[in-house]
Amino acid sequence: MAEKLDRVDVVIVGSGWAGGIAAAELSKKGYDVVCLERGKDHSTEDFIGAKDELKYSRRIEMFQDLSKETLTIRNEMDEVATPHRSNETNPINGTDTGGSGVHWNGQIYRWLPTDFEIRSKTIEKYGEDMIPEEMIMQDWGITYDEIEPYYDKFEETIGVSGEQDPLRPEMSRPFPNPPLKETATTRLFKKTTKEMGYHPYHMASANVSEQYENPDGETINACVYCAFCEQYGCDFGAKADPIVTVLATARRHDNFELRNNSYVVRILHENSRATGVRYVDTQTGLEYDQPADLVVVGGFTFTNTRLLLLSEIGKPYDPVANTGVIGKNITTHSPNLTHLRVRGFFDNKKFNRYAGSGALGATMDDFNLEQLDHTELDFLHGFLIRSTQLGTRPITHNHVPEGTPTWGQEFKDKSLFYTHRNLDIQQQNGVLPWRYNYMDLDPTYKDAFGDPLLRVTSKFHDQDRNIVRYAHQRGKDILEKMGADHITVPEITDETEFDHTSLGDHTAGGVIMGDNPETSAVNNYSQMWDMENLFVVGASAFPHNSSSNPTNTVGALTYRATEGMIEYLENDGGLLIEPETERSKS
Amino acid sequence: MTDNGNKINNKSTEEKQEFDSSRRRFVKNTGMIIGGVAGGSVLGGLLTNQFQSDTETTDGKKEPAPATEARMFFTRYEDFVVLEQATERIYPEDDNGPGAIGLGVPYFIDKQLAGKWGVNAKDYRQGPFLESDPTADMSSLTRGEIFILGLRKINEESQSRFDTTFAKIEAEQQDEILANFASGDVDMKGIGSNRFFDLLRTATLEGAYSDPMYGGNRNIEGWKMKEFPGAVASYADIIDEEEFVKMDPVSLTNYQQKS
Ligand SMILES: Cc1cc2nc3c(=O)[nH]c(=O)nc-3n(C[C@H](O)[C@H](O)[C@H](O)COP(=O)(O)OP(=O)(O)OC[C@H]3O[C@@H](n4cnc5c(N)ncnc54)[C@H](O)[C@@H]3O)c2cc1C
Ligand code: SF4
Repeated sequence: MAEKLDRVDVVIVGSGWAGGIAAAELSKKGYDVVCLERGKDHSTEDFIGAKDELKYSRRIEMFQDLSKETLTIRNEMDEVATPHRSNETNPINGTDTGGSGVHWNGQIYRWLPTDFEIRSKTIEKYGEDMIPEEMIMQDWGITYDEIEPYYDKFEETIGVSGEQDPLRPEMSRPFPNPPLKETATTRLFKKTTKEMGYHPYHMASANVSEQYENPDGETINACVYCAFCEQYGCDFGAKADPIVTVLATARRHDNFELRNNSYVVRILHENSRATGVRYVDTQTGLEYDQPADLVVVGGFTFTNTRLLLLSEIGKPYDPVANTGVIGKNITTHSPNLTHLRVRGFFDNKKFNRYAGSGALGATMDDFNLEQLDHTELDFLHGFLIRSTQLGTRPITHNHVPEGTPTWGQEFKDKSLFYTHRNLDIQQQNGVLPWRYNYMDLDPTYKDAFGDPLLRVTSKFHDQDRNIVRYAHQRGKDILEKMGADHITVPEITDETEFDHTSLGDHTAGGVIMGDNPETSAVNNYSQMWDMENLFVVGASAFPHNSSSNPTNTVGALTYRATEGMIEYLENDGGLLIEPETERSKS
Repeated sequence: MTDNGNKINNKSTEEKQEFDSSRRRFVKNTGMIIGGVAGGSVLGGLLTNQFQSDTETTDGKKEPAPATEARMFFTRYEDFVVLEQATERIYPEDDNGPGAIGLGVPYFIDKQLAGKWGVNAKDYRQGPFLESDPTADMSSLTRGEIFILGLRKINEESQSRFDTTFAKIEAEQQDEILANFASGDVDMKGIGSNRFFDLLRTATLEGAYSDPMYGGNRNIEGWKMKEFPGAVASYADIIDEEEFVKMDPVSLTNYQQKS
């Protein structure tokens, strides 16, 4: 039997950006807040001297302990899903205080105005026939103008260092910090793409360019380009993460408590109201019920979806009947498709590839959603292009030109020669949702507590492959102009398929937002239509994935959600938005 | 750097050959009767030590092996010798510098397998294991089991093709066998030979290039070849340089806080 604890105002699941923002905003308002985090406690102190590629990039130290819980994966409904067994195949989920926000890169983009009204805008521009059968593209129930102030707020919290993208809408004010430094590679990328008539700019970054104090009074130090950034905690407090920003703010308040090693297994509810959560203390194995007036779930896409299904809240999505909502619209930037890179090898140019930072690079939007005319193309949405200088570590980076053996003397020789003589051009495309790509509970495999694992069913469609093929050709053009002597373009065949390497930290959907309870799970305050005192925050709310990285949008939507939570608590409840009633989907 | 690497590697190849003859001598002299199994088991360890204290290298000098270089995971010396030879073919000594043996890669792998990585401690291990053609990560076998199975299979292949162990065949013959493993053409129990080879190849690169504290990348020679500076606090002063800046690598031993 679970032990019942004292009631608090708010209980939050997860201490990443989503949970952390909620923790800061609600603690500041004086509410009693408990944040439950399944992983261990750690802080900047733990990251000092952590420049250890084997531990962090190969043994994937900072990611979820899969011995307790994982996902199962299959392509189609009539197949048996198999578990994702090892982070070394593909690291997906963060854990521990601060979640993935601790070991993220910090690459910052806003999403495009069209993203939020993608269905209406596509129909307006091309007619409904342009949308392929089975593509369940839908509007978000919010517009860019409505979300803009919240982007601004998150950007101020994390001290974004960057400049205005020449092809995106003018920001209401500049980013709080100037861009990171130029490198030989960013200069080459910008010079080349400008000559080609494109509009490159410096990628915006949450690796902060100058020491900065955010509006909550938290200090973020200046980045020193130490190159152990992606998959590492920052030992200089220079990468905006939840620990040095929102969690630090929450911790200034006695009414806030972060409880580590607390694995939430259920959202408790009665008469359509959440009453709290049940969790297991993983150090003792004991179960507790934490009652609360308001429940915030910020455990990332998979946990958010799974907790609702396990707790029987909302209507599970049924792709055959095309009913229900929980689990639908899963989309991701797949490492084995979207994130494949075109690479150029230079026989006579050597760059300082070992140096860099998680979000250092140059990027451009000339082929993004709003720049393309899709009439003549075999895909929808668009892609960004960028060239980054993250610091190439030696175990992970042994690239060789096509035709070189993968082991033996020639491999050794060439991989050494080209270590600092190669550059990649990355594309990242918008990924649109399909009817039979979804999440539900697995019938066979269980977690360490005996509960079913979350099952992902997903397939690539022609459109998903076509956009990447097209983008790779654009990358190749740029590398040719840059003067690369050998260029490798990843092969994408019709057999390239979603598999155990396809999910990632950019996975979205499952508890999506919208203006209609028949086709969405939450409103644009991330409040559950079916349970007013339950807010589900994070990328789980995205109806599709845009072409850029997700966290600025996670942060913005969470800031908006916290306004809703506060309004809800102050006004004793109610839905914050009137639902549209008609099923808006065709 | 290259000289040193050559020396280390030459020595160990010669040691191996002399070991084989000294083993025969020892067995003969002591009058011990051993079956095929003994050479690789209890007696093997004994013989190794005896050999190491007795034998001189060609230049008459002997560098002491680091005290951290003894086997934790591999109980059979025979298996370890295959590991040495196979990793050396994957990452051979050449003009750039030492190969896998010279870098300590086999001991690195031994240490990794002796720890939580070898038993897949952070992985989801509940059955059923239904994948057809599982990768090493997805296999019902642990990484430790895969290494043992794979290395023994390499020796079996060598025996059946060339009538002798993998350590005694020519480099080209070793490469031929490894290439068949890499392409998945050797039948192995529970896992494709290509999957085993992928694991072996990755572990070899890990050993060549991880921080020396793990037992590979001996004397930071791996990073020197790779022109990787290692644990450097800040690149703020060189990040915007147009030209390549070469640095002497630093390991965590000289970076982390110490009392
Ligand atoms: C290596 C890497 C690089 C990235 N780079 C970028 C980038 O450059 N730009 C960008 O925009 N995004 C990037 N991301 C993505 C970004 O990190 C995520 O979008 C963001 O961290 C999501 O925040 P979140 O709070 O929703 O989820 P998370 O950060 O995943 O936090 C969820 C928290 O909830 C906890 N939790 C989960 N389930 C439970 C449970 N049952 N009980 C208790 N606690 C639970 C988890 O342990 C975790 O701490 C990157 C991610 C990774 C991993
Ligand atoms: S690159 Fe900059 S932000 Fe990233 S870990 Fe190093 S100092 Fe921190």
